[in-house]
Amino acid sequence: MITRLLVANRGEIARRVFRTCRELGISTVAVFSDADAGSPHVAEADQAVRLSGTAPAETYLAIPALLDACRTSGADAVHPGYGFLAESAAFAEAVLAEGLTWIGPGPEAIAAMGSKTEAKRLMAEAGAPVSATYLPGQQPPPEAFPLLVKAAAGGGGRGMRVVREPADLEREFASAAREALAAFGDGAVFAEPLLERARHVEVQVLADRHGTVWALGERDCSVQRRHQKVIEESPAPALAGGVRERLATAAREAARAIGYVGAGTLEFLVRGEDVAFLEMNTRLQVEHPVTELVHGVDLVRLQIEIAEGARLPAGPPPAAGHAIEARLYAEDRAYVPQTGTIHRFDLPGDVRVDSGVEPGSVVSPHYDPMLAKVVAHGASRTEALRKLTAALTGARLHGVPTNRDLLLDVLRNPDFVAARLHTSLIDETPATPARSPELAALAAALAITAAHRAAATVQPALPAHWRNVRSQPATTRFVTAEGGELEVVHHPLPPEVTVISATPERVVLERDRLRLGFDVARYGDLVHVDSPLGALRLTELPRLPEPVVHLAPGSLLAPMPGTVLRVEVHPGDRVGAGQAVVVLEAMKMEHRITAPAAGLVAEVAVEKGRHVQAGTVLAIITEGDAA
Amino acid sequence: MSGNRAAMLAKLAELDAELAKAVGGGGEKYVQRHRARGKLLARERIELLLDPGTAFLELSPLAGWGSEFPVGASVVTGIGVIEGVECLITANDPTVRGGASNPWTLRKSLRAADIALANRLPYVNLVESGGADLPTQKEIFIPGGRIFRDLTRLSAAGIPTIALVFGNSTAGGAYVPGMSDYVVMVKERAKVFLGGPPLVKMATGEESDDESLGGAEMHARTSGLADYLAADEHDALRIGRSIVRSLNWRKLGVAPGPVREPLNDAEGLLDLVPEDLRVPFDPREVIVRITDGSEFEEFKPLYGESLVTGWARVHGYAVGFLANARGVLFSEESQKATQFIQLANQSRTPLIFLQNTTGYMVGQEYEQGGIIKHGAMMINAVANSTVPHLTVVMGASYGAGNYGMCGRAYDPRFLFTWPSAKSAVMGPAQLAGVLSIVGRAAAQARGQVYDEEGDAAMRAMVEAQIEAESLPFFLSGRLYDDGVIDPRDTRTVLGLCLSAINSAPVPAPSGFGVFRP
Repeated sequence: MITRLLVANRGEIARRVFRTCRELGISTVAVFSDADAGSPHVAEADQAVRLSGTAPAETYLAIPALLDACRTSGADAVHPGYGFLAESAAFAEAVLAEGLTWIGPGPEAIAAMGSKTEAKRLMAEAGAPVSATYLPGQQPPPEAFPLLVKAAAGGGGRGMRVVREPADLEREFASAAREALAAFGDGAVFAEPLLERARHVEVQVLADRHGTVWALGERDCSVQRRHQKVIEESPAPALAGGVRERLATAAREAARAIGYVGAGTLEFLVRGEDVAFLEMNTRLQVEHPVTELVHGVDLVRLQIEIAEGARLPAGPPPAAGHAIEARLYAEDRAYVPQTGTIHRFDLPGDVRVDSGVEPGSVVSPHYDPMLAKVVAHGASRTEALRKLTAALTGARLHGVPTNRDLLLDVLRNPDFVAARLHTSLIDETPATPARSPELAALAAALAITAAHRAAATVQPALPAHWRNVRSQPATTRFVTAEGGELEVVHHPLPPEVTVISATPERVVLERDRLRLGFDVARYGDLVHVDSPLGALRLTELPRLPEPVVHLAPGSLLAPMPGTVLRVEVHPGDRVGAGQAVVVLEAMKMEHRITAPAAGLVAEVAVEKGRHVQAGTVLAIITEGDAA
Repeated sequence: MSGNRAAMLAKLAELDAELAKAVGGGGEKYVQRHRARGKLLARERIELLLDPGTAFLELSPLAGWGSEFPVGASVVTGIGVIEGVECLITANDPTVRGGASNPWTLRKSLRAADIALANRLPYVNLVESGGADLPTQKEIFIPGGRIFRDLTRLSAAGIPTIALVFGNSTAGGAYVPGMSDYVVMVKERAKVFLGGPPLVKMATGEESDDESLGGAEMHARTSGLADYLAADEHDALRIGRSIVRSLNWRKLGVAPGPVREPLNDAEGLLDLVPEDLRVPFDPREVIVRITDGSEFEEFKPLYGESLVTGWARVHGYAVGFLANARGVLFSEESQKATQFIQLANQSRTPLIFLQNTTGYMVGQEYEQGGIIKHGAMMINAVANSTVPHLTVVMGASYGAGNYGMCGRAYDPRFLFTWPSAKSAVMGPAQLAGVLSIVGRAAAQARGQVYDEEGDAAMRAMVEAQIEAESLPFFLSGRLYDDGVIDPRDTRTVLGLCLSAINSAPVPAPSGFGVFRP
């Protein structure tokens, strides 16, 4: 029986596993990198072991350090989560060799499924529908295009590229191989037909050591950006007749054929009645909560019990209702990861939130930018969709920019609502422009004024911005999340706007008989406005910015006042690091001003005999190689 | 809309038009030229210097009205909050004849320094002036020395003086930074020297240039006159704010209590004042639109009923009110005022005078009843009272009533005027009538026939002249008040002034002069 479980992972999934452990009475052990020292998963665990360093290779991917953490903490089992070492046969082997319990399938199964090409071969043998595979050097027939090039060892979309022209294939193979080698340490790549506008549907399987294999419903994960899942749901809606059963059967039989044990997922591409096996993931999926909600199970608990040798009941629990999950990422609309401090993280309503962050958490650039999964369960897809939309709409997500608006745009896309799902859905979903950002910015300015008034130590009750002689309007300038500048005049007010009330936290405005409440939160110069118009993230610009000293890069400055004794270089000269450029005389001493690095003398700004002040530019050395 | 309201709104529109002239500075052409040089206007500088959302009370905005000089007198002065500190701020308006000082500039600046000294307000000077207006130097040069004397006397009184130099401050003007506690100069803009290159060349033959004689860099690095070198105007304002923050300033007066808004709407004030000042109005209607919670505890309500006295709070500050109810001051009113002023001095409570008086009563009965003695008692009390006084001229302010109700000569800390006010030795018709009677008597004494036609013309002319000279813009232009205000702003202005007053300690009580028995 497992008594103390170490999660060799971080963030959301570590907390998710700990939750089940607490329910089962299993003591928990976290591991953490230097960057994660303040993370919630560390605070929540009964014990936590520091992994020195920040880079994944030094920490969450460092097998010796993780085994050492097991010894230090006395853990008797390891859950790998997802990502990092979750599908590392070597890690599973090492854990087992330590005499610990490994929560997952055996190393052989991981290894077999770790290569996508090998997995496809095994699945074909087991009778599953499998698409063609082309390896570098093979010539696919022209009608096979477009193709999708993938890393055999990969995941998460890395190394993937679409090839439409046969002439491009070799080049793309080469570039994918380089990327795969860098990312996974394995440069093996292959290509398979790209099923455009297909759906991505996967089947959850669960198998015990005693021959029972469940196909626990399927999940539709078609809504993806850059080959990474964003919105998942279960059951997969609107599947063509018989497809659901064919997928379940194929998955169950394939798992049985390879003697699989534990939780796993078989991914398929589905277009109409066409079905093609993609790969098998030998771990818990990110999107497992939708299955849990629909089937009323705890997959982590089942994983642990299977690892302990328990028997599954003969058949899986039936599906009830519908669940949809949305992944909240710290990223902008162009999917560029964003970093910073989370100030507020509230998701209201009847949703399950599996989150790796809480207010005060710092989102670092070192790891995946997923902040949380928001999962809604309802009697119908419509009900689940409404709950999820309401939760994201009412969410208060302050600090780091998130993809919340993108998620809402997708959830409101008529194609998504009608369950016309395909992998290009996100790319075809237009961004909804912010509604009346100027009104929300006005509310922000009024809240800021109210905050100033509330903090006033003198004349606290005088009307805001009162003047007996009016010379100019009072304005506040903001930078929007998109980088644009927004200047609002808040005194006098625009004639069509009436202020009903204004406090530092909430402003109620009326315009054209429409009354709107704006919740305003400030964190330094960062301002978040949440209202029925949507969420707006603004940065207040200072009224009196500190002057920016415009120094050309590479400027050499006089360290003290003095007189130029000699200029040792000429414009165009190449200088080496440490080479004297100018000699100053100050306080009867000679001071050699030397080049900090090798480079080219772009400019000499002084001449012999010139008296210079501290901070005067003497010369400019641009980057370059010394002759 | 009531007739009263329409008349008041018309006067407010005139006021706005006059204030707009002051704001317009030297006119569109000079404003554009100033901006083209990358410079901020005087009021823009002030706005950036102030704490966001705080109030700014401009003082003497109509200075110079009716003179040959532009309205506003090429300088902006006022009270504003910088880093939580109430300061007296002055800013030259360089768009008006290069910010040159004329006689009205001088009087306005001296008034500002007086206010800073009396109320212990740190004094911040935003300097950019071409010096004195030379054609009127005879009005400026000799009295103008006070500017520098005041600066150092402020400093001696422990009131910090800060000069932010944005441009020219030469010759005599050089002593403004010279006499200030803290000096900030804007790089490549400030120019501070006693004599410019031509004068130096004439005096000593030395060849020189502006930068070496008075540039910001030179003063920051060599002469030491500048304590801070600002990269640009915004930087100078930023440094100015940080200087005030570092003053570690504490107000020494009383702290206000909780503030309650009046229950009665200030809008009603526009309906209250009759266009014809001969029609009296009840000042209690004004008081309840000014005081916290519209509360007013009337003192001696049954005695001397044409003067209302009593206690209230304005913006959390305890105050006593003296307000004329029916114009005339009789012996009873004078004695009531004397008693009330003494009581306020005992409790160290500031007094607010709301003027609408035609003066002390005349006539046999009243002279025989001792109206001079009783009026003198009241004037004595006002003159020697040591608590701060604030005066608002709502309507008439005639004769010695102006003195007894703390007119300008009695040094109220602040005096503001409503657009409906009139101040003169007596009403225009009365004054013309008096001249006519005296003239008629003189003619009779000489046995001449009185020229009735000439008399009518004389009366019309005198009446028109006195009427014009008793109007608020004229008097405000001559610095006889601190500004003409919208009646609806009265509570705000009084609240701001009461707060400013309490930057200084509550004055020590002193004895009174001898009251004539």
